[in-house]
Amino acid sequence: MKSRHLPLMATILIFILAYVLCYMQFPAMLSTRVIGNLLTDNAFLGITAVGMTFVILSGGIDLSVGSVIAFTSIFVAVLLAGTGLHPLAVFALALAITTLFGAAMGAVIHYLEMPPFIVTLAGMFLARGMAFVLSIDSIPVVHPFYDTLQSLYWRMPGGGRLTLIGGLMLLVFILGVLAAHRTRFGANVYALGGGAATARLMGVALGRTTIGIYALSGFLAGLSGIVFSLYTTAGYSLSAVGVELDAIAAVVIGGTLLTGGSGFVAGTFIGVLIMGLIQTYIIFDGTLSSWWTKIVIGVLLFVFILLQKGILWLSHKRATTLEHAHGS
Amino acid sequence: MERTQEPLLSVVSLTKSFPGALALDGVDFSLRAGEVHALLGENGAGKSTLIKCLTGAYRRDSGEVMLDGRPVDPRDTFEAQALGIGTVYQEVNLLPNLTVAENLYLGRQPRRFGMVDTRRMNAEARTLLARYGLDLDVTRELSSYSVAVQQIIAIARAVDLSGKILILDEPTASLDTQEVRMVFNIVRTLRQRGLGIVFITHFLDQVFELSDRITVLRNGRRVGTRVTAEMERLELVTMMLGHELSQETGHTPQRQRGGTVAYRFRDFGRAGVIEPFNLEVRRGEVVGVAGLLGSGRTETAEVIFGVVPHDSGQAEMDGEPVDLSAPRKAIASGLGFCPEDRKTDGIIGDLSVRENIILALQARRGWSRPLSRQEQIEIADRFIKALDIRTTDREKPIKLLSGGNQQKAILARWLATSPKFLILDEPTRGIDVGAHAEIIRLIENLCEQGMSLLVISSELDELVAYAHRVIVLRDRRHVAELAGEEINTGNIVRAIAADHHREQTP
Repeated sequence: MKSRHLPLMATILIFILAYVLCYMQFPAMLSTRVIGNLLTDNAFLGITAVGMTFVILSGGIDLSVGSVIAFTSIFVAVLLAGTGLHPLAVFALALAITTLFGAAMGAVIHYLEMPPFIVTLAGMFLARGMAFVLSIDSIPVVHPFYDTLQSLYWRMPGGGRLTLIGGLMLLVFILGVLAAHRTRFGANVYALGGGAATARLMGVALGRTTIGIYALSGFLAGLSGIVFSLYTTAGYSLSAVGVELDAIAAVVIGGTLLTGGSGFVAGTFIGVLIMGLIQTYIIFDGTLSSWWTKIVIGVLLFVFILLQKGILWLSHKRATTLEHAHGS
Repeated sequence: MERTQEPLLSVVSLTKSFPGALALDGVDFSLRAGEVHALLGENGAGKSTLIKCLTGAYRRDSGEVMLDGRPVDPRDTFEAQALGIGTVYQEVNLLPNLTVAENLYLGRQPRRFGMVDTRRMNAEARTLLARYGLDLDVTRELSSYSVAVQQIIAIARAVDLSGKILILDEPTASLDTQEVRMVFNIVRTLRQRGLGIVFITHFLDQVFELSDRITVLRNGRRVGTRVTAEMERLELVTMMLGHELSQETGHTPQRQRGGTVAYRFRDFGRAGVIEPFNLEVRRGEVVGVAGLLGSGRTETAEVIFGVVPHDSGQAEMDGEPVDLSAPRKAIASGLGFCPEDRKTDGIIGDLSVRENIILALQARRGWSRPLSRQEQIEIADRFIKALDIRTTDREKPIKLLSGGNQQKAILARWLATSPKFLILDEPTRGIDVGAHAEIIRLIENLCEQGMSLLVISSELDELVAYAHRVIVLRDRRHVAELAGEEINTGNIVRAIAADHHREQTP
């Protein structure tokens, strides 16, 4: 087995183990109803986590996504309440804005050589602030088109519903996997994470790739905001606080190295499912405080960071034994 | 064939200057198809500037570059690549986290319906590497292979991308003998295929083994181009170091050898860095270290100072064993070290002259006992005056000073700790002639005061002028020691050039 697959294998193993444990206690956990809800409830997190995977693979970070989700949800709500625009037009407008927002952050990161942490932190405050400018109230969305979208689902065998937004998340993950592994853009993202200077020498257009990565993250955060708006049928400036951290956690639990260059979009999917599974268990149990989700995720993250360190240490050790002793 | 007559690449009167320095001064160079042309010279000779002008990393100021008889002027490495000029560097410039195939085809992956056709890419990668005698799993990450294999993959990529000229910039620096042979076989195959290959290395043995012609650069000028088969080792070293044996500079013998032995090193060394050596340094003695670049000069200093901890032998100070396994411990034992590259290892550009000077002394006292502002000012002023550091203000950021004055400030930093044993690595590199003389006078003063010095220098005249003994290094080994009357440039050059057999210490 290749060492880069190790974190992914560990994630899948943990997921299966966790599911088996849950199933033994609550056999209903395996029903398609639960699975359908798992997908629906985590759709907005999953979609933005795909974008986050690309960002982290390139060695960066995007702290703005939670605020962008809130901005999008309130933007959509305000426009639908205040104008006669069709929701699809509003969606297109929202996606255009968030994509440009991401691209602008990417441009600042690349051209001004600023650390992504700082730039996207600024982006986080900016997007949250813009959301408050639009409205400080929670605005409900009432539109017949929303009702139509919400009524769309595919009834799985066993009675579970794969809703539109759950299906959308699956689609985004499939497209994400293809983009990461089967396009030149994907290869460039991995190259950037492996070493920006070397990637440039090998002909990777750093500027275009960096802007593309953050634009993609912005686009997916916007899409996630639309999904969030469909999910809650409301827009609120204070919603989705800390979602960026959940997304980062899902990516890391999914086996992507925080240092960049190694990981899988599919791993992030498992990461999202693990986080959703913990929440579902807590709901099933009924006596546990929902804060247990955070505690378990915290422990899991810590375990994965240790695992990654261990793998890095092992591969480093292997590299030094391979290299015959030589001078500096 | 006609092509073997006409040079593949010809460089005429190439000139490139940087602010304050003329890096290349009217250099001529020609490369034929199907030859390996070694490019030699010490640090700062202009090798890398020449290469960077050819590969488009730098734009030349003037001069002509003709490729296949047509003038070319690549603006960046990609244009150079498109023209047919590919480069492989010492540090493998590939991505360790990508697979072998991805590394070979990054940016030009075969595609089908807009998606990367991984299967075809892997098949093509296998075919490509088979031509280099490599049969590997191209879907594994690059980092799972040895440096030598990575280097060959880098060569394969460069040749596949460019195809006319291959520039090898110290490709063998981190390989062992077996691996070097592997890379050389590949280079020979490429030569047969008609590529022009520029080969840069510090290992003279490799130059004689592989190259057809040799061009030597020194101080930005071409010293000469020779056919390797008609060249003697001694002649080559002489060309590189710039000394005619006829104009030997003699030793000035009036100074006495220092007193008692202050530091003694027995079988001191580190595997793969520098072979174990024995060295005694007396009080008030200047020991010179000579050798070509890459011969182990700097490594000797780094092992002694604990930058690279030694793994064999012991060190003694005044007969007592001392621990020199880390710079902190070395400083505590009275050692000081002025490294070669001021910019990266020495000065801290944004700090003031004062802060740079007190740095080592403060580090030695520990952060719990800070020097008061008044003490700092006193120390800084004393050394600014004593060493004649020319600055308008002790609070001026040191990066604004000239090279010579920066060097003096670093010297001051170590002198402030009153070391008993000071190691200077190329103390006069890159500073003007006036400052040059001052540094030398300073070295002489210091040893008169009873300090022991180890001075590494490529300027043989300098070593001859002040050293009481000269250690000569070759291939990371101490090969000779010259003392007293024996110290002259001729003897040093001969010791450096001597082939293989180990010389006896006279």
